[in-house]
Amino acid sequence: MTNRSGFAASCPLPADSGDTIQLAHGGGGRQMAWLLETIIRPAFDDAELDRRHDGAVLAVDGPVAFTTDSYVVRPLVFPGGDIGSLAVNGTVNDLAMCGARPLCLSVGLILEEGLPLDLLRRIVASMRDAAAAAGVRLVTGDTKVVDRGKADGMFISTAGIGRVVAPTPVGPAGVCVGDALVLSGDIGRHGMAVMAAREALGFESALQSDCAPLVAPVMALLDAGIAVRCLRDLTRGGLAAAAVEIAETAGRAIELDEEAIAVRDDVAAACELLGLDALHVANEGRFLAFIAPQDAARAVALLRQLPVSADAAIVGAVSEGPAGRVSCRGPLGVARVIDMPSGEQLPRIC
Amino acid sequence: MRFRDEYRDAGQARRLAAAIARRLTRAWTLMEVCGGQTHAIVRYGIDTLLPPEINLVHGPGCPVCVTPAAYVDKAIEIAARPEITLCSFGDMLRVPGSAGDLLAAKSRGADVRIVYSPLDALAVARAHPGRQVVLFAVGFETTAPANAMAALQARREGLGNFSMLVSHVLVPPAMRAILDSPDNRIQAFLAAGHVCTVMGYHDYEPIAARWRVPIVVTGFEPLDILEGVYMCICQLEDGRADVENQYSRSVRRDGNQPAQAALREVFRVVPRHWRGIGDIADSGLGLADAYADLDAERRFGPVDAGMEAAGECISGLVLRGERKPTQCPAFGTRCTPQHPLGVTMVSAEGACAAYHRYRGLAAVAGGSQ
Repeated sequence: MTNRSGFAASCPLPADSGDTIQLAHGGGGRQMAWLLETIIRPAFDDAELDRRHDGAVLAVDGPVAFTTDSYVVRPLVFPGGDIGSLAVNGTVNDLAMCGARPLCLSVGLILEEGLPLDLLRRIVASMRDAAAAAGVRLVTGDTKVVDRGKADGMFISTAGIGRVVAPTPVGPAGVCVGDALVLSGDIGRHGMAVMAAREALGFESALQSDCAPLVAPVMALLDAGIAVRCLRDLTRGGLAAAAVEIAETAGRAIELDEEAIAVRDDVAAACELLGLDALHVANEGRFLAFIAPQDAARAVALLRQLPVSADAAIVGAVSEGPAGRVSCRGPLGVARVIDMPSGEQLPRIC
Repeated sequence: MRFRDEYRDAGQARRLAAAIARRLTRAWTLMEVCGGQTHAIVRYGIDTLLPPEINLVHGPGCPVCVTPAAYVDKAIEIAARPEITLCSFGDMLRVPGSAGDLLAAKSRGADVRIVYSPLDALAVARAHPGRQVVLFAVGFETTAPANAMAALQARREGLGNFSMLVSHVLVPPAMRAILDSPDNRIQAFLAAGHVCTVMGYHDYEPIAARWRVPIVVTGFEPLDILEGVYMCICQLEDGRADVENQYSRSVRRDGNQPAQAALREVFRVVPRHWRGIGDIADSGLGLADAYADLDAERRFGPVDAGMEAAGECISGLVLRGERKPTQCPAFGTRCTPQHPLGVTMVSAEGACAAYHRYRGLAAVAGGSQ
């Protein structure tokens, strides 16, 4: 719709800019200014952005947590979320896992030539909504456009800072023998929702990603004075990768109880069909908390008061065993070893 | 979850294990044919619930494990051609040929796509009429009917840009080959429930009679497997050698007749080389003459059935049930899922991968002989 007249004597990219991203939108000129002024800045709507300076200037008291992550997902929009909500929640959750209250994010957008502007509008609106829900500001950013075929629609990179509120350091080094593992809810929804959408598996059930900010449940634990030793959000590699990473870093063993780990029936059924282990499937709104044993029951009760962690449960404990060993007691009472997933999760033949 | 949880009940499992123990008067060696059963046995620790007199030996029923390296090589060669899209089931992508696997070919630029159903490959062919779409059609009698449907549908639609690289294998000839081996130790079989869902089990009756070996068609859940073991043990202790059906919620004696009709229409029985095992007469399916125009080997050249490289890997012995994965000196050290020496460490259904995944290095310590 750059030119409806059929007469091509006009600029190939007039002020209304058509309905898709063009290379000129990243060129630093008027088209780029148009993109920023009409789509991105209004959506993010922050005083720091309105200053139109090279960076944001922030005042923060006390220790600061700082993290960064890049987001690539196909399809860009999936049931229960999109790359925008993922990019905000992912970085917000990494900050929360440091025992920090997230404050501000930066946003780097890499857009592929030909990306529909309506889709971009939808995704930046989703970032705005996710930021509002998590209570963070989007204070600085960058936009680049790359040739068609050089990006999967769009990539987003976010970095964030948060103010550390945990009274003691939260991390694998704090994990002690006897700590309870509290899981904030059922697992595997995000991975199966994205796989079902990407591969058009045709599942009739409406699998939805669990993509959500985890600030509220983490703050609930810290505000109540729960002895939180370590936090880890479950992302790629699922619960298995998170548990193995922490067991290895902490030099402890972990024993999980499979019966206590909630998996929704539709997720479980999809895993059975595809030959996948729910422990290895990705999540975007779940975390594992290592809690001192005397506080574990109270932590679960607190988490269950919040919608995002309403199904929290104790799913295991830290033990003396060999460093890095994670085992899982199955329904028949026999323990199996849990390893990191090896390579991409590939559905099996039959 | 219905149809699952009731087959994973711990109390029932203990009762079945106790019933098995009560019937035992001596040691017996049983083979579970299917890799899916191996997976369940190791995952749920079913072998550890059984009396030590029962030796469960893992069979050849891992479809990606027995697909010859020469076919993987051919798939890689075909996929490397610029005009070709190769469609494959996911777990074939990591299976090593004589040099590299399909995932590596994909990373070099080959158009390799994972499909969940053979009919998805037809959709790719329809959507890209300018490209040649090749389906890597492997597996046992379980996957063969869906691949046959793809051939039937392609013929019906006149899809000229669709073909199949076929390396199907059949279970009964492999069981006969194992029983004929001079080193055979197998005294009873848990037959593969899903293969029998398609084919029925009358083909097993002559095997049970000729070799005097009990065969119990068995499902894949823990209680299925325990019940299958119990039925085998009862037969062995009673001196019977019958075909029995534990998996009656899925299997009928005559199997799935329309699926068998599709197989008869599209395929013919051919000799087949089994990776790690060798040549077995009449043990595979190839395209019937009437469907030869869909044969990717006709379009892109025949598979070069060269010698298999010999090495440290003992996957052939594992697939024949002559060794446990943990009896391999390379297990967990020089051979891991990240750096597999052989196919049984690659596939999710491979016995070595199952031991590594669910038992880790603890298995080597001797807990699962």
